[in-house]
Amino acid sequence: MRRGRAAAIACAAVVLAGALTWAAVDDEPRVKATDQRITVVDGPKNDQHVTLDTTFFPPVRGGRGPAVLLAHGFGGSKDDTRSQAEDLARHGYAVLTWSARGFGQSGGQITLDSPDYDVKDVRQLVDWLARRPEVRLDRPGDPRVGVAGQSYGGAISLLAAAYDARIDAIAPQITWYDLADALFPDATGKGAANGVFKKAWAGIFFTSGASSTACGRFLPSLCSMYQKVAETGRPTPEAIATLHRDSPASVAGRIHAPTLLVQGQTDSLFPLDQSDRNARAITGAPVRTVWYQGGHDGGDPETSRVDGLVTGWFDHYLKGGPPPDDGGFVVTRTGGIDSSTQRVTISAASAPRYPGLSGTTRRSVPLGGEQVTVQNPAGGSPSSISSMPGLGLLGALPSTPATGGVGVDLPGQSATFDSEPLDAPLQLTGAAQVRLRVKAVKPSSEPPTLFAKVYDVGPDGQASPARRIAAPLRLDGTAQVTLPAMDYRFAAGHRIRLVFSTTDMGFASPARPAAYQVSVESPLSVPVDPALRTPPAPLPWWVWGFPVIAVAAGAVIAATSRRRRRPRAEGEADASTPLEIRGLTKRYKNGYLAVDDLSFRVERGQVCGLLGPNGAGKTTTLRMLMGLIHPDDGEIRIFGEPVRPGAPVLSRLGSFVEGPGFLPHLSGRDNLELYWKAAGRGESHMERALEIAGLGDAVRRPVRTYSQGMRQRLAIAQAMLGLPDLLVLDEPTNGLDPPQIAEMREVLVRYAAEGRTVIISSHLLAEVEQTCTDVVVMHKGRLVAAGPVAEIAGHDGAVVIGTPDVDRALSVLTALEGIEHAEPYEPGVLVRVNGSPPSAVVAALVGGGVAVERVAPHRRLEDAFLALIGEDS
Amino acid sequence: MTERSEGIKKHAPVVTPSDEGGLMTERSEGIKRRAPVVTPSDEGGLMTDVGRRGADPSYRPRRTLPLRVEAVRQLRRRRTWIAFAVLLLLPWVLAAAFKIGGSPSGNDPNTPGLVTVATTGALNFTAFTLFASVGFLLVVAVALFCGDTVASEAGWASLRYLLAAPVPRVRLLRQKLIVALSLSALAVLSLPVMAMITGIYVFGWARLRLPATDTALPNGTALTRLLIIVGYTLVSELVVAALAFLLSVTTDSPLGAVGGAVGLVIVSNIIDAVTALGHWREFLPTHWQFAWTDALQPDLVWTGMVKGMVLSASYAVIFLALAVRRFRDKDVVS
Repeated sequence: MRRGRAAAIACAAVVLAGALTWAAVDDEPRVKATDQRITVVDGPKNDQHVTLDTTFFPPVRGGRGPAVLLAHGFGGSKDDTRSQAEDLARHGYAVLTWSARGFGQSGGQITLDSPDYDVKDVRQLVDWLARRPEVRLDRPGDPRVGVAGQSYGGAISLLAAAYDARIDAIAPQITWYDLADALFPDATGKGAANGVFKKAWAGIFFTSGASSTACGRFLPSLCSMYQKVAETGRPTPEAIATLHRDSPASVAGRIHAPTLLVQGQTDSLFPLDQSDRNARAITGAPVRTVWYQGGHDGGDPETSRVDGLVTGWFDHYLKGGPPPDDGGFVVTRTGGIDSSTQRVTISAASAPRYPGLSGTTRRSVPLGGEQVTVQNPAGGSPSSISSMPGLGLLGALPSTPATGGVGVDLPGQSATFDSEPLDAPLQLTGAAQVRLRVKAVKPSSEPPTLFAKVYDVGPDGQASPARRIAAPLRLDGTAQVTLPAMDYRFAAGHRIRLVFSTTDMGFASPARPAAYQVSVESPLSVPVDPALRTPPAPLPWWVWGFPVIAVAAGAVIAATSRRRRRPRAEGEADASTPLEIRGLTKRYKNGYLAVDDLSFRVERGQVCGLLGPNGAGKTTTLRMLMGLIHPDDGEIRIFGEPVRPGAPVLSRLGSFVEGPGFLPHLSGRDNLELYWKAAGRGESHMERALEIAGLGDAVRRPVRTYSQGMRQRLAIAQAMLGLPDLLVLDEPTNGLDPPQIAEMREVLVRYAAEGRTVIISSHLLAEVEQTCTDVVVMHKGRLVAAGPVAEIAGHDGAVVIGTPDVDRALSVLTALEGIEHAEPYEPGVLVRVNGSPPSAVVAALVGGGVAVERVAPHRRLEDAFLALIGEDS
Repeated sequence: MTERSEGIKKHAPVVTPSDEGGLMTERSEGIKRRAPVVTPSDEGGLMTDVGRRGADPSYRPRRTLPLRVEAVRQLRRRRTWIAFAVLLLLPWVLAAAFKIGGSPSGNDPNTPGLVTVATTGALNFTAFTLFASVGFLLVVAVALFCGDTVASEAGWASLRYLLAAPVPRVRLLRQKLIVALSLSALAVLSLPVMAMITGIYVFGWARLRLPATDTALPNGTALTRLLIIVGYTLVSELVVAALAFLLSVTTDSPLGAVGGAVGLVIVSNIIDAVTALGHWREFLPTHWQFAWTDALQPDLVWTGMVKGMVLSASYAVIFLALAVRRFRDKDVVS
C-alpha cells in the first residue's frame, strides 16, 4: 500500500512536470500573417514601378493597433524579422515586414537607402498601412506607426523619419550616421576626405549583392563608384557626396520622431561613434542611446534585451505606455559566468542622460614610452589584425574580454605606449583621446597612415585588446587623436596600452614602404561616466514570499493532524490498576480488523497471560499499549493514565514486543547502556538485568554476532532495566531452550511477587498455564475469556481416563456411586465426579477389568482453545 | 497532544496516594530513585512516588535521547566512517589524477572554467574539489546521514523501544535531525578542509585565480569567498537533508530513503536540463546548486545564491513539517 502511494506521488510528479512543460511551451497565441506584394513607384522622377514582397501581421487580439514597420539588414530579407514581428503582433501591434528593393523577392536594385528610392518606398508602405482596418490612425492617411531595423534597416528608419513626418517613433540599430565617415574613418577628425578606406567591410558590403555580374543587383551608378574607390583606396568627392546623401547625416536635423539608438560594442563597421553622432544630430525629438554587446562583428546579440527595449520604446511613444525607466543612456556590460546557465552574464548600466563620447568627466592617465620608429611594409603586408570583418558575424572570432583573445601586432610595425599599473579600476566609457605626433622619416606624397588600438595589459604582462576595433588616422605632424569608442573596465593593477600599427587587415594602407617616427605628446585622456550605475538585478517576489509561505504552510502541516482527536476519556481512572483496556478497536489501513472491541483489566501482582492463536490481535494490542500505533476506538489506561504515543506513563512500562531491536554494531552492554541513557530516567539495574540475560562475556561482543536466543534474552533484560511496574513480554520463551524457559518462568514469577505486574502474550496454552496467574484469551481480535488461570484453565473436578475399552468403562462407571456424569472423550472417557475421589474411580475401573492407561485432570480451557486453533488451521 | 507534555515542567512530581502501602517497601528496596518523594498520606499509609501524569518520577522527557547519546549511536556505525573516509580521500584522488594526467589546459573551450585553473594552488584546488562533488557526492553524503537515521532504527526494530521508552516522537525527530544535520555539515566541511590540506601539500599556496578572467584575488578576499561558498553549500544541501529525512520517516528501509532522496535530486537535475521549461526551472530544488560559482567572479554576485538559499530553506521547512506530521501520526509497525 505504501508502494502504491509512492507510485501515485511519482505519477503526480510526472504529470506536473508535463503540465509545466506544456504551459511553458504552449502559452503563445497564434499570430496570423498574410503575404502580399505591394507595388510602389519611386526613382528620382517617380517613374520606376517596383513590387515589394511584404508580410503583414495584424494585432493578435484584433482591433486597431499602432503599426510597426520592421526593416531588415543588408543582404537579408523580410524573413529575418519574422520572429520579432510575431512578438510585436502579440503585443498588439500591426506589423509590416518587407524585403527592401534589391533584396529577397522584391524587385528593383540596391540603392543604399537612397532618399530617391528606398525612402519613397517606405512612404508608400506607410500609405498602405493607413488604409488597413487593423491600424490605428492619428488622422486620415496618417497611421500611428514606428519603424525599426538593424544596420541597413536602421538607416532607413532614420531616413524615413526625416522624410515622412507621419512616422511617430523609430528604433534604428547598429546603423550609420554618415556612410562616408563609416567607410573612410579618420581618427584625427578631418573627415572622410582624409579617411582611410575600410576595404574589408566595404568589399563585403558591395560585393555581397554580386552574382553573375560584378554589380549584381546594385544600382549601376553605386557599383561603379565603389569600383573606382576600391581600386585606389581613396574616396572621390562624388563618392563622399553620394554616401553622405544616403546617410542620416544629411537629414538628421529634420527627424522629429523619438529615437532609440541601439549600437553595438562589437562593431568595427559602424562603431559607437556613428550612433554618437546620430544622437547629437537629432535635436528635434527625445533620443535614447543604448550600447549593447553585439554588433556587426558578433558578440552577444542580447536579442531579448534589445527587442524588449524596442518594444518598450514603441509602447511608450505609440501606445502611450509608461516611459522607459532606465534613463537616457544604457550600456550593457559583461560580468562573470551565470552559474545557473553557465553563460556570461550581461548586466545593463544606465545613466539619466547620454554624455556623448567625452564622458561626464575625463581622467588623465600618463603614458610612458619614447619616440618609436615604425615601418610600413611594402604593399602593406603582412598586416596586423584587429578584427575579421564578416567572419565576426559567424562568431569565429571571440571578441568579448571575458573570452580573451589576442590581437596580432607585428614587431617593428607598431608603436606601443603603456600607462603605469592603475591603482584603482578605471571604467572607460566613450572615446579616449591622446595628442599624437607622427613624422615620416622620408617625405612622401602620402601622409603616414596608422591604426590606433587600445589594449589591456594584465599584471602578468599579457595584453589583450580592450575591443577589437582600430581607429585609422592619416597624419603627418601633431594632432589630437580619438581612439575607438568603447565601454571597458580596466582592473586595478592593469595597464592601459595604446598601440599604433602601420597596417591593419581591415583597411587600405599605403603600399609604398616607409618609416614613421611616432610619439605621444600628452597623457591619455580617458572619458568616464560615474553616473552609469548597474542597478542590482531585482530579486523576484518569491525570494521574500517563499520563506513566508513555507513557514506558514509548515506550521499548518505540522499543527494539523490526519487523525481525529479523540475526546478525553471519561470517568476517573484508578491509578492503582496497572492496565485497563476498554472497547479497544484497531482497523489497519488495508481494512483488516486486528482488534475488535477488546476490554480487560490486569491487577497489580498478576502475571497475566494474553493467549490466542497467531493473528488473534495480541501483538497489535501490545503495540497500542506501547503507544506505537493509534487505536481507532476505545482506550488503554496504564496506572490510570491514558496511553498515547510518548505518554509519560510509558516510563513505568517495560516491554519486549515482536522480537528484539538492537543496534547490531554495538555490543550487548553498550546497547543496554545507550538505551537507558536515551530513556531519560534515573539509574538502571544493569547488573541485575544482565544477570537475567545470562550472556556472560558475550555482552561485550557486537549484537550482530548473537544467536536468536541471546538477542531474546538481552531484549528481555532491556525491558527489565528500569524494574518497570508493568512488564509486557511478547512470546518471551521463543528461541529459548527448556532450561532457560524454566529459568525465565521463575524470574517472571518472582518479579510479579515483588508487587509488579507482568503481561505475557503467548500462543501456547501450556506456557500460560505454567507461568501465569491470570489469562485473557483472544481470538480474531475479540476477547474470548478472561480470569484466573485456576478458574479458566484449571481442574474443574472432571477427570479424563485414558482407556481403549470405552464401552466397558462406561458401563462400570454408570454403576458406580458418586459419579455425576460420564461420557466418551477421546482417548477414553470423561468422568465428572461427585463425591467419590478419583482413586476410587480408578480402583473401580481396574476392578471392572478396564485397562486404565492414564488419568488426567480435565481442563476446560483446552477445549475452547483447541477449538479456536482448529478453526484457524 | 502527547508531544505537548514534553513542555510541561516536571520539577514538582505530583504525588498520589497509594492504596497499597505495602508495595512501597518493596519498591524502595529494589529501586534507587532520584530524590524519591515519600510523604505520609492522610490515611497514615505511605504514598507511592509517581511523577507527573503517572510517569516514573525519575523520568524527564527532556532528558530522553540526549544529543550525545544519539551522536555516539551514529558515530559508532561503520557507514559513518566510510562516508567520511570517502570524503577525505577524494581530494587526494583528484590531486593524484591531476598529477598523473597533467594540468588541464585552458585551450579546450569545452573544459569548464574551474578545471583549467584547478592546479593553480590550494585555493583553486579547493574550489574545484567542491565543484566536482557538490552535484553528487555531497548529495549522497547528506542523504545518507539524514535518510538513514530514522529508517535504520525502524529496520533494526530499535525504533519501537525508543518510542516506548518513551522518547516523545517529535523530540526523537528533533534529536535525530540535529545529529544528522551536524554530521552532514561536518561532511560538507571536511571536504574543503581536506582539499585545502591536499592542495597546499600537492600544489602549494597561490592566490585564487578566477576562471575565465585573468584576475587573481588577494588571499583575504579569497578565503572569505571560500567561506561564503562553503556556507552556501551548507544551506543548499538543506533541501536534500530535509527530503531524505522525510523519506526516512516514511519508509522502514534505509536504502529506500537514501536512494529515494538521491534519485529525486537526479530527477530534478534531469528536469533542470529541459530548457524548454524556461523560468519554471528556477523552482527546482537543484537549479541553484552551483550558484556559489558566482562567488568566483571578480565582483561577488549574490542574486543567485540568495535565490538558491531561499528556495532550499523553504523546501526544507515544508519537507520537515511533513516529516513531523507524518511521524507523529504514524503507526509504527516495524
